[in-house]
Amino acid sequence: MAENNVSLWGEFKKGLWQDIPPFRLVLGTCPTLAVTNSVKNGVAMGLATLFVLFFSNIIISAVRKYISSQVRIAAYVVIIALLVTVADLFLAAVFPAISKALGPYVPLIVVNCIILGRAEGYAQKNPVVPSMIDALGIGTGYIISLAVMSSIREALGFGSILGFKVLGDWFEPWIVMILPAGAFIVFGSLIAAINYISQRKSAAQKALG
Amino acid sequence: MKLIFIFISASLINNFVLTYFLGICPFVGVSNKTENALNMGLATTFVMTLTAAVTWPIYQYILVRYNVPFLEYVAFIIAIAALVQLVEMYIKKSSPALYRALGIYLPLITTNCAVLGLALFMVLRDYNYIESIIFGFATGVGFTLAIVMMSGIREELEFADIPKPFQGISLSLIIAGMMAMAFMGFAGLIRG
Repeated sequence: MAENNVSLWGEFKKGLWQDIPPFRLVLGTCPTLAVTNSVKNGVAMGLATLFVLFFSNIIISAVRKYISSQVRIAAYVVIIALLVTVADLFLAAVFPAISKALGPYVPLIVVNCIILGRAEGYAQKNPVVPSMIDALGIGTGYIISLAVMSSIREALGFGSILGFKVLGDWFEPWIVMILPAGAFIVFGSLIAAINYISQRKSAAQKALG
Repeated sequence: MKLIFIFISASLINNFVLTYFLGICPFVGVSNKTENALNMGLATTFVMTLTAAVTWPIYQYILVRYNVPFLEYVAFIIAIAALVQLVEMYIKKSSPALYRALGIYLPLITTNCAVLGLALFMVLRDYNYIESIIFGFATGVGFTLAIVMMSGIREELEFADIPKPFQGISLSLIIAGMMAMAFMGFAGLIRG
């Protein structure tokens, strides 16, 4: 039992660093770039994605033995599209302001490759509980990534985080950071930073071993 | 006149890749060679034009008429997947040469978020049928333009000495950022 717990924790943890989307698995880049101009939008998008990912992994893992492999992608896409519709209607009813700010990017979760990628790469081969944990890990990693990216962009673009001023009046906001160009540049630099850290790590391991 | 505005706006000013971040996966994935990039662009343009032509009647005559517009995501994604499949089968039969050039790219287009995004924007903006088709075509042209330019830059970079952490996708994204900045210049084209 204890061993089982350890491996479930491992499933969860791999989403947080080893396979953290979208930096390691370069999936789901479109919403990452589009909605991270403020922390609030970024985190809301992350939560919506986590919701869809969690339920799609559970459902797909539960029905995996009944879907023939020729039609599986189509079946997954329909399941995901229905879940996204639920998430979209929920957001529109409960948080209309956020729903408006995210606009068409909520429906675009349908084609967010993270979700189809996890369905194809994990849920269709594994039982329900590990698939659930996998979704939680990847989803949490995704929220963290979106939060980090949107904090950087909001801090540099508006001088604030979550609407609170973090940089003083001396700071001239870099408007470019909240424009599309800034999104690409921050995203590219973050990937480079993560590459740099892991290359240092593996170099250190080689030197030791 | 409005049609010309839609065309210029969708292909240059509000370029899907560089301002709405749609279609980034193929943009980064297939832009290492100009030839591949051009074929991908053409295939996408073709599918986008057809998507606009097919999803517009589906939305107006089926979803709105029977009062179920909340099913639009499910309906659109099924329509796009079916459309891509049909196009693939048709091209395979009618023109094997074209199929060889576009073949492997067609299935990828189903998951290209620019195609679904196009259908959603078309509904949001209330375009009529002709405007929708022009919008679909122009979006495809914009996508082709961006991906071909990107591949040109990446081919030049092949022999450059790039710091190791920046190699690959990281640098591609930063280049895309520069291109987005350059495309912002087009915003001055239309005023009022």
